[in-house]
Amino acid sequence: MSVAAPSKAGLYDCRDSFAKTIEALAEADPRIVTVVSDSVGSSKLGGFKTKFPERMVNVGIAEQTLVAVGAGLANGGKVPFVSAASCFITGRALEQVKADIAYSNVNVKLIGQSSGVAYGELGPTHHSIEDLAWLRLFNNLKLIVPADPWQTAEAIKAAAAYDGPVFVRVSRMAVPALDRPANATFEIGKAETLVDGSDATIIANGTMVHRAVAAAKTLAAEGISARVVNMATVNPLDDAVIAAAAETGAIVTVEEHSVRGGLGGAIAEVVISTNPVPMRILGFPGFVPTGSADFLFDHFGLNETGIADAVRQTIARKK
Amino acid sequence: MPSPATPLTTDLVGEIAAQALWIRRRSFQMVYEAQQGHPGGDFSATDVLATLYFGVMRYDPKNPRDPKRDRFVMSKGHCTGAFYSVLARAGYFPEADLSSYMEPLSKLNGHPNRNYLPGVETNTGPLGHGLPVALGIAIAGQIDNAEFRTFVLTGDGELQEGSNWEAALNAGHRKLENLTLIIDRNRLQQGARTEETASLDPLDEKWRAFGWHVENVDGHDHAQLLEVLSKSPKGREKPLCVIANTFKGKGVSFMHDNVAWHHGVPTKEQYEQAMRELV
Repeated sequence: MSVAAPSKAGLYDCRDSFAKTIEALAEADPRIVTVVSDSVGSSKLGGFKTKFPERMVNVGIAEQTLVAVGAGLANGGKVPFVSAASCFITGRALEQVKADIAYSNVNVKLIGQSSGVAYGELGPTHHSIEDLAWLRLFNNLKLIVPADPWQTAEAIKAAAAYDGPVFVRVSRMAVPALDRPANATFEIGKAETLVDGSDATIIANGTMVHRAVAAAKTLAAEGISARVVNMATVNPLDDAVIAAAAETGAIVTVEEHSVRGGLGGAIAEVVISTNPVPMRILGFPGFVPTGSADFLFDHFGLNETGIADAVRQTIARKK
Repeated sequence: MPSPATPLTTDLVGEIAAQALWIRRRSFQMVYEAQQGHPGGDFSATDVLATLYFGVMRYDPKNPRDPKRDRFVMSKGHCTGAFYSVLARAGYFPEADLSSYMEPLSKLNGHPNRNYLPGVETNTGPLGHGLPVALGIAIAGQIDNAEFRTFVLTGDGELQEGSNWEAALNAGHRKLENLTLIIDRNRLQQGARTEETASLDPLDEKWRAFGWHVENVDGHDHAQLLEVLSKSPKGREKPLCVIANTFKGKGVSFMHDNVAWHHGVPTKEQYEQAMRELV
């Protein structure tokens, strides 16, 4: 299964990859259905709807029922992919995610679309920079934040193959395809090391991964050897990779999320309990002002320059 | 301690009545021994539960996830005294397990967990969750043109949760004739009467306006319940809402229609009096 074509030169909207993958999976597995809350277009599921009209359930603008219907469909033997804007499928329906999906431990795939600050100018009501913190509390809910179109496709396939609840965060922000070996594989719970390094480790996911790779290149030119880890799975974490990161003596995490309770918080919990080293968590401080996503990334230092600065400062804190 | 068991009779309505009596006695014993529970709602729901499990639904307790089974979703998940009693009586797990109700590490949590107990379809407890999940089950059946029916029991105070009305809208829109909602209309919520809190009447008109077929019944009359619940849904082309008019604490004089018994627990004297009345 190849990834969808780039939306503009060299850059991809991962929703295209999600849509193409789910259509291909549905061709092969009649149990796969999609559930949407008036979110066909924003989930890029128009093609799915055309091909499998009887297998798309649109509940209207009703996120609590959206998530609950997913649980019911799983009870009826379906493999539902429940897809809506990440801010609403999580925050609006959080108790349904808790009780109906996670605590009930059912085979439902939740797809949080247009996550982070993709809807930048629309403001914090439409930002989803709290979703990972909320969902991370449900210990059996797998959380995946793919970084590029290939990984999005692989994450969707892995979610379909796994018998249990999964949340996949799909971004609409343009990202490049990451360089990785031709035989690369994706496994839930396994991180990938994209750049090796020994002075510090940058752990990122989602839209921040390619920025972390760029920062590592900048640092390399200065003689600083920064490892870059793509921690696509936030739950369960890849503890071995985190342990190895701690051995570099400095860790900087980067995510399109609040600095409270997301990837950085999760890694900090592991690091503090095992091998405490200087850490820096990059993300958004909380509700952010209006601006495009690209503006907000730059404004809060979630770019090549900001990441490189954070690495230098964290290395300086090494004992 | 008196035995809750009572002999079965041969006719169906009589059998349901006997099972209902057993469930009332056993669930009250559970609440008495645990000194926790929701006995008022257990008793208002008992006759609906007994009718469903012993007169209406198709299920095999030895194959609890049989894809062809009729589903029952206990949306009023706090009324586990009655729910666990009926599941045990139906054969999903040994009746002896009921003695562990709410004990430390028991499978019989205060609210049902499908991963611990066979026969539980979805984990409930927070209100307003059952109908939307049941909607999803019914949609799966509709997609597959399957024969199974989906039943869900809600409280009436619970209908103050907006999630129910999202699901109501969808079920009506989809003309889900395989879905049956039973409302335990005892008119009492935790602290007061529903009509003094956030009134629900005219409840039947609300459901009709959402595209449902509505039946009003005496929720303690097994023959009436059996008639409306066992009728084939084929060709109705609407989901069915059965408003089961009930009384909280039904069956015991001092609990009857008494809000104090939402989660009241009996003293030894009250327990013994209840057992003398429940015969």
